[in-house]
Amino acid sequence: MQVLMGQLLIGLINGAFFAVMSLGLAVIFGMLNIVHFAHGAMYMLGAFAAWMGLTYLGINYWASLLLAPLVVGALGVLIERLLLSRLYKLDPLYGLLMTFGLALLLEGLFRRFYGVSGQNYPMPPELSGGRNLGFMFLPNYRAWVIVASLTVCFATWFLIEKTRLGAYLRAGTENAKLLQAFGVNVPLLVTLTYAYGVGMAALAGVLAAPIYQVSSMMGSNIIIFVFAVVVIGGMGSILGSILTGLGLGLLQGLTKVFYPEASQAVIFLIMALVLLVRPAGLFGKEA
Amino acid sequence: MRASWVGQAVLLGVAIALPFFVDDAVLWMKVMCFALFACAFNLLLGYAGLLSFGHAAFLGSAGYVTGHLVKEVGLPPELGILAGTASAALLGFVFGSLAIRRQGIYFAMITLALSQLVYFAAVQLPFTHGEDGLQGIPRGKLFGVVDLSSNLGMYYTVLGVFLLGFLIIQRTIHSPFGQVLRAIKENEPRAISLGYDAARYKLLAFVLSAALSGLAGSTKALVFQLESLTDVQWQMSGEVVLMTLLGGMGTLYGPVVGALVLVMIEDYFASLGEWVPVIMGCIFVFCVLVFRRGIVGEAAAMLKKKP
Amino acid sequence: MKPRSLAVHLSGALLSLLAGVAFANDKPPAKPATPTPPKAATLSDEVIKVGVLTDFSGVYSDLSGQGSLIAAQLAVDEATGGTGKLLGKKVELVSADHQNKADIAASKARTWFDVEKVDAIFDLTNSATALAVQELGKEKGKVVIVTGAGSTALTGKSCSPTGIHWMYDTYSLATGTGAALLKEGGDSWYFLTADYAFGHALESDTSAVIKAQGGKVLGTSRHPLNTNDFSSYLLKAQASGAKILGLANAGGDLINSVKQAKEFGLVDSGQRLAGLLVFITDIHSLGLETTQGMYLTEGFYWDLDDKSRAWSKSFFERAKKQPTMTHAGVYSSLYNYLKAIEATGTDDAGTVIKHLRTLTINDPVIRNGKLREDGRLVHDMYLLQVKKPSESKKPWDYYSVKQTIPGEQAVKSLALSECPLIKK
Repeated sequence: MQVLMGQLLIGLINGAFFAVMSLGLAVIFGMLNIVHFAHGAMYMLGAFAAWMGLTYLGINYWASLLLAPLVVGALGVLIERLLLSRLYKLDPLYGLLMTFGLALLLEGLFRRFYGVSGQNYPMPPELSGGRNLGFMFLPNYRAWVIVASLTVCFATWFLIEKTRLGAYLRAGTENAKLLQAFGVNVPLLVTLTYAYGVGMAALAGVLAAPIYQVSSMMGSNIIIFVFAVVVIGGMGSILGSILTGLGLGLLQGLTKVFYPEASQAVIFLIMALVLLVRPAGLFGKEA
Repeated sequence: MRASWVGQAVLLGVAIALPFFVDDAVLWMKVMCFALFACAFNLLLGYAGLLSFGHAAFLGSAGYVTGHLVKEVGLPPELGILAGTASAALLGFVFGSLAIRRQGIYFAMITLALSQLVYFAAVQLPFTHGEDGLQGIPRGKLFGVVDLSSNLGMYYTVLGVFLLGFLIIQRTIHSPFGQVLRAIKENEPRAISLGYDAARYKLLAFVLSAALSGLAGSTKALVFQLESLTDVQWQMSGEVVLMTLLGGMGTLYGPVVGALVLVMIEDYFASLGEWVPVIMGCIFVFCVLVFRRGIVGEAAAMLKKKP
Repeated sequence: MKPRSLAVHLSGALLSLLAGVAFANDKPPAKPATPTPPKAATLSDEVIKVGVLTDFSGVYSDLSGQGSLIAAQLAVDEATGGTGKLLGKKVELVSADHQNKADIAASKARTWFDVEKVDAIFDLTNSATALAVQELGKEKGKVVIVTGAGSTALTGKSCSPTGIHWMYDTYSLATGTGAALLKEGGDSWYFLTADYAFGHALESDTSAVIKAQGGKVLGTSRHPLNTNDFSSYLLKAQASGAKILGLANAGGDLINSVKQAKEFGLVDSGQRLAGLLVFITDIHSLGLETTQGMYLTEGFYWDLDDKSRAWSKSFFERAKKQPTMTHAGVYSSLYNYLKAIEATGTDDAGTVIKHLRTLTINDPVIRNGKLREDGRLVHDMYLLQVKKPSESKKPWDYYSVKQTIPGEQAVKSLALSECPLIKK
């Protein structure tokens, strides 16, 4: 029982992490109707931004938590304005292909210049060590991850569901023209939404840097899992992504206890099943 | 129409004479296998309007089936290829039946999820030898007569297979079946209202596309005499999309051109491998932005413009 | 559809098949698998051409890649005394990136052997590519020396009369580390294994050694390749109370497992880490703070003795980093190959390999090396422990050498070999 509790806690922590990643993806899909294959690359960029900040400029972890998402978000603004905005009138297929290409490009560049073994990002001293909870040893950093992730998720949910800006966003996903007619600057809203989405990915990257090796491959390793989470949860649903992220984290944790070889496959199995039964996802609305 | 007939005959002539003028016949066999794969994929994407992100599953699984049967069970190459193609068709039927129920991006995601399951199976099943790959696949004697261990014999066999596959695709596209597919792609509700069972047509197209992809995979396994996990990874599914996009979606020769270009780039840059993913990424972005009709598509448009 | 097109296509398909029949039996059969008896001492094609086929851009590029090419260049320089010529002929070195794809490796090797008259291929990091190219070498009677891959199949089921496995295999790493740790009191193990053939091989080879010498395996967690998060497995490992955590994985998985093992306090609470396939580049990337105390086996360490230091210095000057055992292996194997050509006056595979079997190889990289009939180079391996940050006095000063493992202890005995070339 004790072992199980420890595994469930770990699953929850991982789930919270999934949730942050998939939230950005869900937001981007909801607003831009683009299947954002470059999300993993943005996550990688966030981690690298933190590492570069530390190595070349001496910027510490706490500052990076704020700066990395801003830097990557700014890049996102460029990408959206220069590249993605030209695709809105076209078949969504092209958005997928474009972001797929972007991911290849960015990862290839970082691989060319930084190799594949990855860089070491030291654990911030304030968060190192841990405490023995009795049923397991919980590193302080992991406790921080779950707190930070849930905070960001809640903040995003609040922003989208409870504020005026969020109302504009939701209106924009349903009927952009009408919203524009009301005087809201929709293109600006779209750009900001994209920047926010990739900023979230970058934040996840900074959170990951001390515990997962910072390497050019880190994005492509998790992107398809994040996709699975979003698809299962419902492509445009904020709450769906959060709950599904947490749920899948828990489920994966359990699988790792009983049948670890299948811990990756199980996510895809669920994705296939959900798509067959409820294609819009567990929490989504049929498109 | 005359030009087209002459053009095709010329291309054919070049293809037949090729092995005598090039050093590396194996590279060209690779081109033909991938060209067939891309054409099969294009049948689904360009003509039926269905984006599958899991076609690698058919390429790789057929290669493993053929490789295993030829190496361990001792089947002659033609039966091996047949078996591989059949297994891909079967897999295609399963995937298709599940995926067809949904549209657009959900369709693509289902195919991705299902092909990932195939990948995991390939990693685990003992007969694929996982990371080591299935090695030492004998080429054997085609029909007991043609010794495929000679590169010339293998080349003409591959050419024959490619032409056969291409012929099937061409016939399909220009047949009434193909026309219904296109109608479904353009406006599914209208096609249904006209009385066509859209689901059945889409499924059939899917199975055909899967089978021909399998044919490409089986043949490729014999050419290289090995089969590895590379062929069932999702990155391979992405590559075939790129080939089709670059060459020209919805054109007959586009995927062939796309496959040719991509295989050549990969081979050429084998010496500077570090830049390959960057280059591929740039090509993707470029194509999507300004080159959507692909090489063949743009060429055809330019030719039409000429007074 | 135009009936003419149909006719063109059909006739094309038919023609191809007929052409195939007609031409197929023209080509002479492939070279026989066994090396031909020693001919008069001549060089094929009047040139000595060798190729380095490695991973320049993928997951193994740090431990092989560019470094392997540099090591090869050093070997050519030394073997030819700086002249670039051997037996009056120029020695040519080519290289290519197999991108971790077995079919690209096979194509490139085929082109090299058939068209560009390459005599021997080196490095081949990644088991699938190594097996594929060794198979080709067997078919064409050309030398293939593997230093980058670890699969025991290379000298087992898939052994080749023209193939040599020079530096290490999973068995030597497993037994080296396993046996050595048992001597130091590590008698209960928990394994973290990458769930594929390679990981399984590492785990089973090590388990066999542990059990044979009275130790216990308390449990194992098999994780999928490219797993990011090992927390669940580490929790189980901790709960098992095993003295040693055996890491039967490599690359990114290894790096993440080690990093997280530290994070979860496994090392601080007394469990020791044993990396079963670790390269110095992994330690470099992780840093000593995280990896200190870990045990591993390697076939070469740059700071082993004066000879290795001297050679590594020349490598460092060009590569700006210290060599991994793969880099060192490329140097050593190519150097000895070229010297063998010089000694026998020919580049015929059979003759060269026969000559190499007569030698005891002692160069800056290999100590007490003897080439066996199954192609395995039996040589000393080293049990190493990662130093504490305070013990490291200079850059790349990462290891203390705990034991020298004599070659015979580090290889699978011939009696158990599955290699068809071994007569039992």
